[in-house]
Amino acid sequence: MGFHLLSPSYCCGYQPSPPISHGLLRFRPVTGIPKPSPKGQLHQSRRASKVLAYYGITTPPYKLDALEPYMSQRTLELHWGKHHRDYVDSLNKQLVKSPLYGHTMEELIKVTYNNGNPLPEFNNAAQVWNHDFFWESMQSGGGKLPQGGVLQQIEKDFDSYSNFRDTFVESAMALFGSGWVWLVLRTEEKKLSVVRTSNAICPLVWGDIPIIALDMWEHAYYLDYKDDREKYINTFMDNLVSWHAATVRMLRAEAFVNLGEPKIPVA
Amino acid sequence: MALRAIAGKKTLTLGLVLGPRAAAGASAPRTGSGLRHARGLVTFSLPDLPYDYGALEPAISGEIMKLHHQKHHQTYITNFNKALEQLEEAMAKGDSSKVAHLQSAIKFNGGGHINHSIFWKNLKPLNEGGGEPPHSTLGWAIDTDFGSLDALVQKMNAEGAALQGSGWVWLALDKEMKKLKVETTANQDPLVTKGANLVPLLGIDVWEHAYYLQYKNARPEYLKNIWKIMNWKYASEVYEKEIA
Repeated sequence: MGFHLLSPSYCCGYQPSPPISHGLLRFRPVTGIPKPSPKGQLHQSRRASKVLAYYGITTPPYKLDALEPYMSQRTLELHWGKHHRDYVDSLNKQLVKSPLYGHTMEELIKVTYNNGNPLPEFNNAAQVWNHDFFWESMQSGGGKLPQGGVLQQIEKDFDSYSNFRDTFVESAMALFGSGWVWLVLRTEEKKLSVVRTSNAICPLVWGDIPIIALDMWEHAYYLDYKDDREKYINTFMDNLVSWHAATVRMLRAEAFVNLGEPKIPVA
Repeated sequence: MALRAIAGKKTLTLGLVLGPRAAAGASAPRTGSGLRHARGLVTFSLPDLPYDYGALEPAISGEIMKLHHQKHHQTYITNFNKALEQLEEAMAKGDSSKVAHLQSAIKFNGGGHINHSIFWKNLKPLNEGGGEPPHSTLGWAIDTDFGSLDALVQKMNAEGAALQGSGWVWLALDKEMKKLKVETTANQDPLVTKGANLVPLLGIDVWEHAYYLQYKNARPEYLKNIWKIMNWKYASEVYEKEIA
């Protein structure tokens, strides 16, 4: 999740950035800004006017009607255009008065989670990240089976793909209230696992690496599926989930978690 | 054999707790607590709405009322009954970890049943007095504890809009302190989870299923409009009974 640093001349009143489409790597060119230092500390002269950091909304990596008929354009328009955007706007409003600026989104989530005693900014920050992650967890022509390394790891950790699928669906059905269901790579146990979280909580707060997410807040499915959660969840697994995104995330995750010897074929 | 003995005892206990009507196995169509006996275990059923599905328009659409009542509330009841049955079995077997494990399902589904049963009574069609402000005792209590009816409405709307995720916002009577309070509960937690002395007078469902088809993400609009069909008469009746 990228962030913008504004030099002092822009600090009064910013224009929200126009939606930018992006690949999975996230860096936005920003002009005339010094390189961001670690920890978001800005080594500028104290005399300079306050620099404001803010977050921008990112667009899903597909057109809003691309997921029809499984997720309608209307849902995307509302879910992304209203709910997701609201979280971004609310977060930016909160950050104006808060000393928390300058973090990457992932850092911000961990900081505001505050070890289980979340600060007011947590809900908005986490929901911004969660929804970004959610759009990228889906694709047009999604579903079907994972392949290659992801499939191998799933088979290793769940015995079979269908076991994993059943676990995922059951977990989603058993969620009480609003929340999310995740396929995560657990950094300590070094294996894939299905977890469900309430409201805005995301596995980043425990240091785990999310691979796939499914939004189980009612606003995510109510227009298309009304109260039929089971149909929504199954449709996600069969037609929407992006195993390409999962593969990229697994690759990145393996840089941080040692999943054992790679299977190098012997010539 | 043993099971039936336990079930019999349980019915007796439940009968004492719930009153003679329950023990006699009467189902209750009017006030709609919907009790039924099967094999000695009380099962719950969906209470009827005291008005048509479309009667609350335009504040709440008929489509929402129908889904909310026939699907959501019914599901809570079905799962509540299932959880209670499993609880009975676990208790009979002495399976304490299963008993503990079932608590969250019972709180969630039972709470859903309790909360929605109150909610249907909290609403009244416009042409039957919905939205008419409270008078006499409840009216005065509101002025005393909140300043004015408007202030109460603003407070409940603010807390309802700010509630993250799913839950309810309540006008509660603290029967110990004899004071009115505004409380929120998460998910389907019943009001008593916020205080054993709290009696619900009015509850507003702010789960998205309660308004999404009509209001989409505009929860504040829904909260503004629901006061037009609020059944203050019911709230007054509950209040006067508790205060007496």
